[in-house]
Amino acid sequence: MQARDISLHEILLPVRGVFIVITFIAALLVDLLPWSGWWLYVKPDFVALVVLYWCIQQPRKVGFTSAWLLGLIMDVAEGSLFGQHALAYSVLAYAGIVLHRRVLMFTMRDQILHVLVLLLLNDTIVLAVRLFAGAAFPGFRYFVGSFVAAAMWPALTFLFKLPQRPLSDPDRV
Amino acid sequence: MEHSPPPFFRRGPTPLARLLLCSLLSVAFLVADARYGYLEGVRKVVSVIIYPLQRLAGAPRALLDTAGEFFVTQTALRTENTKLATQSLNDAIMLRKYAALAAENLHLRDLLGARQRFPESTIFAEVLYAGRDLFTRKIVIDKGQQHGVRPGQPVIDQIGIVGQVTRIYPWLSEVTLVTDKEQAVPVQNLRNGLRAVLGGTGNDGQVELKFIPLNADFQNGDQLVTSGIDGVYPPGLPVAEVSNVERNAAYLFARITCKPLAGVASHSQVLVLNWENKLPERPVEEPKVLRPKKPRRGS
Repeated sequence: MQARDISLHEILLPVRGVFIVITFIAALLVDLLPWSGWWLYVKPDFVALVVLYWCIQQPRKVGFTSAWLLGLIMDVAEGSLFGQHALAYSVLAYAGIVLHRRVLMFTMRDQILHVLVLLLLNDTIVLAVRLFAGAAFPGFRYFVGSFVAAAMWPALTFLFKLPQRPLSDPDRV
Repeated sequence: MEHSPPPFFRRGPTPLARLLLCSLLSVAFLVADARYGYLEGVRKVVSVIIYPLQRLAGAPRALLDTAGEFFVTQTALRTENTKLATQSLNDAIMLRKYAALAAENLHLRDLLGARQRFPESTIFAEVLYAGRDLFTRKIVIDKGQQHGVRPGQPVIDQIGIVGQVTRIYPWLSEVTLVTDKEQAVPVQNLRNGLRAVLGGTGNDGQVELKFIPLNADFQNGDQLVTSGIDGVYPPGLPVAEVSNVERNAAYLFARITCKPLAGVASHSQVLVLNWENKLPERPVEEPKVLRPKKPRRGS
């Protein structure tokens, strides 16, 4: 209970736009690593995770435009249908922006549950688009990546808040 | 004078309106891409933008490979060298024979007045990564439009057919593997010359012959090579080996599963065949002459 209150009322420095861009590029880079075999199924959709994170944390800075553009980039990188990730990320951004006040009130464990549902929604949209376009269902292991991604949420939150923490505690001197 | 909210509260359209706009735009893109293929230009532009990122992401593995090469033991190298020397000797004999046969074939075709087969050149390419799209079986190679790769070219490795170039970018191209669900290769049974169409199943390491009648003569172990009648793949390249034949009278067609011969899922270097088959023009169908129907009796 105590820890939760502290994290809620922590006073952070404003986030810098450059940092957001850097995290997006880093997510793209990690996603573009030569994953193959079953790693492809385990691999979380890093870009979706980072888009969701910023939409929940900074809904005024990151929104539909960046989500949609990143979706297009992902479509080209994966060589998939043009627009499938753009559509999924737009919905993800919408969910993040609408829910951002609520999600941040919860403890980390409950945040994970929220994020998991949203990421599964993201997967389902991509799946639906592909099934419409005539692809075969790749099996339920397709959803494993989202569980891994949701499990990474606390680490991501810690990591991405590091640059926002004040360097030294002014009270202690 | 109208009252408008102070600038801080002005946030533009509501999220729902934005979502609708983005979704509509995405769906428009989807339809334009899937149905009409309009957006190849946009795709190329975006691919140029992310090309440095793609190369950067591939760098760690390349570095690891280089580091791995550095630590190869001398014994391994010597063993490999001996093996390669033996193989090259064997191949030299085969090549000598092949040259003679090719010359003879040329001569015979000349005598018969048959169409000459066109000599083929190849483009060597490295596989950058296996396709990350879970719904298809694709690989991305490091040669593209700038190197003379064209869509539709067959891609082979040292054993046989790997796939076909389906999309080109300026410096990369995308190869659909024979195991992809929507990829089809016209083949011929080496044992008896039966022609068939080989289609992917979407699973690695499995392809199947489609629409084969129950009584067709296919057996386990039959070698399937390209028939070349499609004008896409040159004839005679090994593709797959029949691994299981299931004849169930309840179904219209036999279920013949095969194993692709080339290392479809596990190669790092491939060759793009620069092969142009100038097929003669398709004969023009004669327009059907409409004849007045004979009046039926009784009417």
